[in-house]
Parts: sequence; structure tokens; C-alpha cells
Amino acid sequence: MTLEYKPITKLSDLPEENLFTSGHRLCAGCGPAIVARLTLLATQEKPIVVNATGCLEVGSTLYPYSSWKVPWVHVTFENAAAVASGIVEALNKLASEGKTKEAPVIAIGGDGGTFDIGIQAISGALERGHKFLYICYDNEAYQNTGIQRSGATPFGAATTTSPAGRVIPGKQERKKDLIGIVLGHHIPYAATATIAYYRDYINKVRKALSYNGPTFIHVLAPCTLGWRYDPSKTVEISRLAVETKFFPIYEVENGSLKINFRVPKPKPVEEYLKTQGRFAHLFKPENRHLIEEIQKNVDENWARLERIEKAGPIF
Amino acid sequence: MTTVAATKKFIEATGNLAVAYAVKQVNVDFISAYPITPQTIIVEALSQYVADGELKAKFVNVESEHSALSACIGASIAGARVFTATSSQGLVLMYEELPVASGLRLPIVMALSMRALSAPINIHNDHSDFMSMREQGWIMLAAEDAQEVYDLTIMAFKIAEDERVLLPTVAAMDGFTISHTLQRVDVLDDEVVRKFVGERKARFKLDVENPLTFGPLALTDSYFEFKRQQHEAFKNSEKVIREVFKEYEKISGRKYEPLKKFMMEDAEVAIVALGSTVGIARIAAKKLREEGIKAGVIGFTLFRPTPKVEINETLKDVRTLAVFERHLSLGAVAGPHYMDIISSLDKKDDVKIYDYVYGLGGRDITTKMIVDTVKKTIEKAKKNEPMEVEFVGVRE
Repeated sequence: MTLEYKPITKLSDLPEENLFTSGHRLCAGCGPAIVARLTLLATQEKPIVVNATGCLEVGSTLYPYSSWKVPWVHVTFENAAAVASGIVEALNKLASEGKTKEAPVIAIGGDGGTFDIGIQAISGALERGHKFLYICYDNEAYQNTGIQRSGATPFGAATTTSPAGRVIPGKQERKKDLIGIVLGHHIPYAATATIAYYRDYINKVRKALSYNGPTFIHVLAPCTLGWRYDPSKTVEISRLAVETKFFPIYEVENGSLKINFRVPKPKPVEEYLKTQGRFAHLFKPENRHLIEEIQKNVDENWARLERIEKAGPIF
Repeated sequence: MTTVAATKKFIEATGNLAVAYAVKQVNVDFISAYPITPQTIIVEALSQYVADGELKAKFVNVESEHSALSACIGASIAGARVFTATSSQGLVLMYEELPVASGLRLPIVMALSMRALSAPINIHNDHSDFMSMREQGWIMLAAEDAQEVYDLTIMAFKIAEDERVLLPTVAAMDGFTISHTLQRVDVLDDEVVRKFVGERKARFKLDVENPLTFGPLALTDSYFEFKRQQHEAFKNSEKVIREVFKEYEKISGRKYEPLKKFMMEDAEVAIVALGSTVGIARIAAKKLREEGIKAGVIGFTLFRPTPKVEINETLKDVRTLAVFERHLSLGAVAGPHYMDIISSLDKKDDVKIYDYVYGLGGRDITTKMIVDTVKKTIEKAKKNEPMEVEFVGVRE
């Protein structure tokens, strides 16, 4: 089901009813909860939601309660994209025979379910071209099982399986370029977002659902427990990630990349890192060089995106 | 890909092609599968039916068996009639989703061309893949030949989708021995099949007008009750399966029972088997009778739920059994058939039952092997020897 793209300009453009209801068991200040809420505010038609195992799934559907006032299904951890494939094609067949109503299909998974264990099923679904939107809410570790490192955990961050030890100062590997992987499938729309810019995110969800093909949104969603900050700071930290260029916000429409927030006066990455306990060890004198390395990576990544933007369509 | 078409009331088909033909007739909405020997021909034939417009199903060619069953789960929750097929490693890659399909009470039908599990890798038949499913909440049917797998595939949909049941169902056949052997298969007319299975009417499905939550988190206060309900569904299925067998007999003239019995009326020793070996066991029983040994054969058509009633009835007067298992339960005292029979028998003091593992990785089983094993069983029973699993046809 393809919807016409109707962007919002102000909050009052959104429906009053929130289809992701309160009363769920997610933490105060939970970034993924905001993602779920904004997603259901964004959809112009009631969607069917497929949720990979993770915080959002566990926290929103403790039987016999459910926060979802839309059809919702959880199967297992790594297969949200495969389950969505089945739903999209079955709905299409049944709706063509008048046996059911068509609906947009949204698969949503955390970074574990997307970057790591779910990557094969996502690649398969994108290659097959089912018309659905995949949203990765990225809180940069396996937060549901208690903060273990994932392929999305940034370089230097401490998690319970990449701890800041006496010898090894946090995660030693860089974050996967998820959008790069996704774009390898030449899908019509892929974007990054963060919850601090609700209008940007909502319009991206709307735009994604207007495309006739698989679309993808990678949304940064801070985790108060895993990142170790005060629950009141979730939105602020999301914004700092953009203002420091740590998490660039861009979209790729039919192969053309556009940076959505240019950040004329970027803050040093240190401003972002110092807000979170997971990076605290980097501020020890012996680890200072790691902050420099992160700054270098951030600058290089930004320059890479600008090069791609300037070069024109990548496929 | 070659498919089969019925010019008369029969087709010339391998087990695989017979399954594909049945699935076409049942008119499924959705198929998702991944190629694996010896099942591949089923999905090739179904792809061809779809490509030729003979079957109006959505066929989703996934990137793994795990995704195949996942896509089937999604489609089934959406309300579609769903089919998949696999073998061996493919089945075990699906393993995580097997209890999910049954826990979500989805009437998915699977065809299994049974094949040995790795390692070492082997493409030939035994029942190790099938037997590995037995704790995962699927109704399990097994065919002896292509005719049976055609019939059982059609019946599987009617059993699985019955509101009293709503359990996924597997119809299995021996890889290569049945899946690749050409045979005359009597078929029903499309309309007869469609009338028999009817349309799938999913009372609970993904519907934006009636939003439901599927697959929630259920903890200590509710998980147990969900499982108890699945147990109840299995209890209900015992009745439904027998009803469907009877109804099918009316439209096909072919009689199905949970247990197949051959020369059991006056038998003094019974050969127990599942799959194509049942046919060989019949010949063995005849040979044994020529030598004055009153042998009979029991073949499992229904493996789960365990046909306890029929086991008790059939073994009322036969207390010596040679049980043939094409599966090795490593580390266990005996194989699955032995365990099922022993646990089914209400009165077991006087039963002499001996377990034999044979045919692993496609090793041939011959009439002579069965004849010799039955004779050995009678000797062991006379001496009241304790049961210890023995191997038939292996180099020691």
C-alpha cells in the first residue's frame, strides 16, 4: 500500500490520538519509546507493525497488556524483515481478492536485530523488493540483555562486553555503516534521523511510506541506562549527536544523498561524549588520544558524506 | 521445470511432484521456501505452477530456511493459507521458528523430504530431521509412498486449519526413496479437493480494523496456560485427524488410519516402522509366514499426536515387537518409536519389545535384514533378554 507524501510543518498537523499508548514498561527517558510514539503519529493510515525481539517489544506487550492500538506482531529476534515480507505479500494477495484490508507494513528492530543478527533477513527482504518500511531504532548496544556491545556500538564506548578495562579502553571497533549496507540494495529511500528533530523524523516516515518499494530509516534512539545519563537528557543528547556531527542526518532518495542538517558551527565531539558515562573513561589522560581519534573519524565521515552528496546519484 | 498434469484420474509423479500437485489443488495463498536436496523439486514445481498462472499464490523466494518459515509465519498471521517445504539442515535452520509457529497457533503446512542430519554431510534418507521436530508442537504425518504423501498433504491443510486444532502440520516422506521415485498417483479433481479443504477462515489475524497483538511477552503468570492450551489443541486434534481421515476416504476411496496394520489379525510378532520401510516390512512378513512365523506389520502414519488408542488396540494380543528406527537417539535408552509404544501401552508387563536402528544416511534395508531381525527378536523374547538397542546393516 502506497501513501501520498503529506509532510507536516507543525505539531498540530499530527493526529490527536496516539496509537502507541502510555502504560508500557519502558524506562523513563527511553529513546526507543519516543521512536515508537513518533512513528505511529507519523503514519497517515494505520500500519501493521512487526517488532523484532528487543527492549521495545518486551517493554510494550507484557501479556495481557499491549501499548499498540494497531495490529502488531513479534516473532523472534532476527527475522522481522522476513516476517514483514510474508505479511506484505499475503496482504497483497488477500486484499486483491477482497478478503482483507491493505495496510502499510512497518518492521521495527533495535541495532542488535538490525546491524547484527537480523542483517541477513533484511538484505533478503530489501533485495526482493517488498513494499515495506524497516526502521532501526539504534541505541548502540544490546540494551535489552544488559548493555552488550553490538555492531552499532561506537568506537571507544564502554559496554558490559566491551568494558573500559585497565588494558582495553572500551570498544575497539568502529560502528558499521548501516546505510551503506542498505544502499547496496539500491532501494528507493533510506534515511538517518534522531528523535530530537521530530518533524524531520515524522516526515521521513511519511516519505518512506510513499515509495513503492522497500524503504529504510536508521534512527538514533538514546538509552538512559546503557549510555549512562540522566533520563531527562534523552532529547538533548540526541540533538548534540547531530550538532557535533557525531550522527549525521541525511536521506538518500533514488540514490541521491542529501545532508538534512548542515551544522554550520559544529561543536567538538567532546561536548557529546562528556554527557554520557559510557565515554567517561576516554577523559582520563592516558585515553585522551582516543577522543582525538573519534573527532578524526567524525570529520572524515562527514567529508565522505559531502563527497557523495556532491558527486550525484550513487546508483 | 517439469510439472505434472492429470489427463485422467492419475498422475505419474515422484513424491515431490505429488506434493506440489496437491498444494496446487489445495490452492494455497502463500509459499515460501529455500532449495535443499531432496526437497528442491517441490518448490521448483510450485514456482512453475505460479509462473504459468496455474496457481495464484504468492511465492516468496527467501535467502534461508529461517526466513522461509518466518515469512510463512507472517503470511499465516495475515490470514493466508500457507505452505513450505524443506529437508535436513533446512529444517534445523528453521528450528527456532518451529515452536513459534505452533505457539502462535498457525496452521502452516510443511512437506518434509526426510534426510539425514550433518555431520558428516549426507543427502540421503533417514528420519533424524523428522524426529528432531517432535517436541516442537507440530502435528506429524508420515507417508509410505507418493500416493500417501499426496493424500496426506491435502488432509494436512484440513487438519491444521480446523478451529479445534490450529496447529502447524508436517507431511513427511522418505527423501529420494519416495521423493524421487516415479509412481502412479491417483488424484482427485481440483473442485473435489477445494470443496474438501474449503477456504481458510482465520478468526484472528492482522487486521487494521480489529488490531490485535500477536506474540507478546508472557511471563510466569501466563506462559504455562498458553502451553496448556496447546496441549488441549493436540487432544482435540486426535478426534479431528480421525474425522478427516474418514471424510477423505469418502471422496477418495482410500482408507487412512493413524496406524497401518498388515496381517495383524493373528500375528504373534509385529514389525514396527515408519515411511517406505513399511512396504519392505510387508514383504518380510509374508516371507516369515511362509516359514511358519506369524508376523504382522504396524506402520505409523500419524506420529504426533501419538496414536495411543490404536497402539493399545493393535497390540492387544501381540506382545513381541521388532521396532525399526531410522533414527539414532544418541545417548538415549531407545529410539522414539520404542519410547512412544512403551509409554502408550496401558499394560506393559508382558510385552517383549526390541529396538533396532537401521538405514542411517540412506543405507539400504532389505527384506532379508528384516526377516533375520524378526527371528532374532523371537529368540531374544523367548530368553527374556533385556532390551538393548541394536544396529541393523552397519559395519561394526
